[in-house]
Amino acid sequence: MKITVEIPTALRRFTEGVQTIECSSTTLPELLGEIEARFPAITRHLRDDTGQIRRFINIYVNEEDIRFLGGNEYQFREGDRVLVVPSIAGGAPLSAGSTTRPAPV
Amino acid sequence: MGLSHQLKCRECGRLWGNEPRSFCDECLSPLEVTYDLEAARSVFTRKNIEAGPPNLWRYSALLPLQEGFRGTVPAGFTPLTEARHLGKILGASGLYIKNDAVCFPTLSFKDRVVATALAAARRFGFQVVSCSSTGNLANAVAAQAAREGLDACIFIPADLEPAKIIGTQVFGAKLVRIAGNYDQVNRLCSQIAEKYRWGFVNVNLRPYYAEGSKTVGYEVAEQLGWRLPDNIVVPMAGGSLITKIRKAFGELITLGLVEEKKVRFFGAQATGCSPISDAVKRKLEQLEPQKPATIAKSLAIGNPADGYYATHVIRETGGWAEDVPDTEIVSGIQLLAETEGIFAETAGGVTTSVTKKLIEQGHIGPNETTVVCITGNGLKTIDAVAQQYALSPAIEPRLAVFEALLNDRLAAVAGN
Repeated sequence: MKITVEIPTALRRFTEGVQTIECSSTTLPELLGEIEARFPAITRHLRDDTGQIRRFINIYVNEEDIRFLGGNEYQFREGDRVLVVPSIAGGAPLSAGSTTRPAPV
Repeated sequence: MGLSHQLKCRECGRLWGNEPRSFCDECLSPLEVTYDLEAARSVFTRKNIEAGPPNLWRYSALLPLQEGFRGTVPAGFTPLTEARHLGKILGASGLYIKNDAVCFPTLSFKDRVVATALAAARRFGFQVVSCSSTGNLANAVAAQAAREGLDACIFIPADLEPAKIIGTQVFGAKLVRIAGNYDQVNRLCSQIAEKYRWGFVNVNLRPYYAEGSKTVGYEVAEQLGWRLPDNIVVPMAGGSLITKIRKAFGELITLGLVEEKKVRFFGAQATGCSPISDAVKRKLEQLEPQKPATIAKSLAIGNPADGYYATHVIRETGGWAEDVPDTEIVSGIQLLAETEGIFAETAGGVTTSVTKKLIEQGHIGPNETTVVCITGNGLKTIDAVAQQYALSPAIEPRLAVFEALLNDRLAAVAGN
């Protein structure tokens, strides 16, 4: 089974710039482990000192907050797209990847 | 520290200078603006403030503005009025209404946050400003962007009240309606903000935007004669306002503009979207997100960005949070209008009815000074109360017809 994880700009420093990674985990705790095994430097940014996922990280599956799907209990399905959004209070700082576009007319 | 203000991580404390950024790269936690309060001590004085303009720019010394910035939009400095009639009915003297239903230019407290956000947008060179909004913020961004000559692109849940949609479009803003709730709109905006170099007032400009809310707190203290109330009741959507009023009171105490006082903070939500009051009442450390279902659309945020901090403010100050169902939101709007002549939007109905509940529960004492924050105007959510009032038949313009009507009504009253 394959699922896709989209890494936010702020964390791509720790994924060698990779934006999207394919994983095969079946639950969120398993998925975090899988990502951390591949990119160990990401761990301390995803988890606090006690090993818990950081309070302000939001995880979405196909546009839905994973907490509405059962959180850690949710079983990923083939083709799920997982989105990691830091602090929904805000988005990302400007980065090299940002594009300047006019507002849609 | 050199800078008069800069961004600081709310969790790990790392400093970030000034840039369009809302979270810390180290721990992914939100940022907020921190000030060199000692440097501000000589300028942020009662005398200087009182000599300032009658709007929020009188507090510029503790707003995140560039050196030499001169604000032009006269937002803020809304009335603080004693609510004697409402207080009598609720059994509490010393009740005051902080009335941002008449804030300039778009009749909600969001005019304040947009004033500081657009100052930041200019500072960082954005030509396009944007936001996710439940309506009031959309209106405020659209109006002030028009004034500042900026382009506005605004994202809203598709089901907003017509007045809030027209009240955005009229300023020439581009409006994008999303088939989803606010939390979905907000998540989408986080993704858009990663890709496009726009100034999202409540995303990458959020720390600067949120500071505008402090002016509610400064004004309350100044308008009470440079003193703090015993209690303050604040509506909660994202939960930012309540945290910023506390920050404002803290700064006033630190700089000696008011005497130290332990103000209790009370949060108000609609039962149909009450993740913060639910967490307070159930003593949860982590909020549980909700799917909003309430007529108080301006408060319909099921995953509140500052919810965690809002619960802390409430707990640490000995306050409480409550929520009321839609029926009480309507009766709250009517009660405030009938007693104080203030027509508030649905969020104001929430705050008024929650205040009533808090007094009944004994959380707010009968002789304490309590400020109730009204944050938006009833003309924007008229549908919420329209069904309460039947349109009477039109009568001919003749005195005899009027007197017949009067007699009918008197008879009807007597018959009851």
